This record gives sequence, C-alpha cells and structure tokens, in this order.
Amino acid sequence: MSYQEKSTWGYGIITIVVFGYYLLTIEPQFRGASIEGSGYAGRMLAAILVYVVASIVLHIFISMVSPSEAGLEDQRDRDIYQFGEYVGQYLSAFGAFIALLMALAQWDYFWIANSIYLGFGAATLLASIVKIIAYRRGL
Amino acid sequence: MVKPTKISNSIRALRFSHGEMTQAELAKHVGVTRQTVIAIERGRYSPSLEVAFQIAQVFDAALEDVFQYPKD
Repeated sequence: MSYQEKSTWGYGIITIVVFGYYLLTIEPQFRGASIEGSGYAGRMLAAILVYVVASIVLHIFISMVSPSEAGLEDQRDRDIYQFGEYVGQYLSAFGAFIALLMALAQWDYFWIANSIYLGFGAATLLASIVKIIAYRRGL
Repeated sequence: MVKPTKISNSIRALRFSHGEMTQAELAKHVGVTRQTVIAIERGRYSPSLEVAFQIAQVFDAALEDVFQYPKD
C-alpha cells in the first residue's frame, strides 16, 4: 500500500470517528431538542480542530512506519486524488446550497452551520471512499 | 465509475526478459511507486503518455511493443 493510499485510509477513518462523534453530540437537536444553550458551535470548532490535529499526527505516524515512502506521490496518486475530490465536491456544493436556502428562509444559525459542516464532512468521506475504490479496483 | 482499460501491456514479459527486473526496480527507473507499476501491469491504470514512454525507454523498446490497444 502506497503512502498516499495509507493517507487516504487515514483521512477516511478520522472523518468517520470525528465527524461521527460530532453528529452524535448534536443528535438531540436533530430530534427536536432546544438549540438554545446546546453549545454546538464550540463542539463544531473542537471537531474541526481535532480533525486537523489528528490528520497531522496520522501523517507523522505513517511517515515513521514507512520512512522511505514518506510524502511520495506519482501521477496515479494525483489522478486518484483529483477524481475523488471531483466526486466529493458535489456534496460540499449541495450542503452549501441547502445552507443558502436556509439563510434565505432565515432559519436558525444552527441549521445553516450544520448544513455546511455536514456537506464538508460527507464530501470528505465520499472522496475518501471513491479514492480507496480507485486504489483497489483501478481508475 | 471504475472501468477497466482497453490497453494491454507486455510489461511483465519485458521485465523477465530484462534480467528478471522487479516491479520495484522498474518503479525506481520510471519514478513512480511500486503500486503504480502493479496497477499498470494488471491493466487497472492507464499511465500518462510520459510514463508510458519512460517505461518503453527502460526496456529500450518501442511504445507499441510495450502497450497495445485493440483495433475496433
């Protein structure tokens, strides 16, 4: 498994764990619980921070495990990356579009922020899945 | 989404006829990862024209001796 494929697996796992945990914490609000005082903004920022830190730690770890491959990428890695991001960006755009409609309808900030974040999270996860399939089955 | 390429190749045979060159050695010559050589060899990835020429140069062969494309 190449460095970039390991990295892709790592991003996918981190996204599932961090994003999944965040979703669990705001699940009561999705079920109708009060948004007031839910503290979602702090948890969202914390989730983003944890994601960034975990990504850095992951790459340090992968580089330590396979130092000779650290940072190596070739044309195939770039093609797979672009393909995965191309597919994933549709979900980002969809999340942003839904957030736009919510803003126009003057929904609470909670829904707007979460729509954008859900779009990003889902896009990252989809991009990782597409890339892994491309690495395993071909591009 | 993922479609098998129509391009076939003779890389495996050429490797063995060139001193049983390993995939890792070929990868090093061309400047790609070993996984990319495996993917090209198995027809799971169509290399760029530049990489295709580089592979042909390693074997001192013409491009069409390394890669083949079926006529319609």
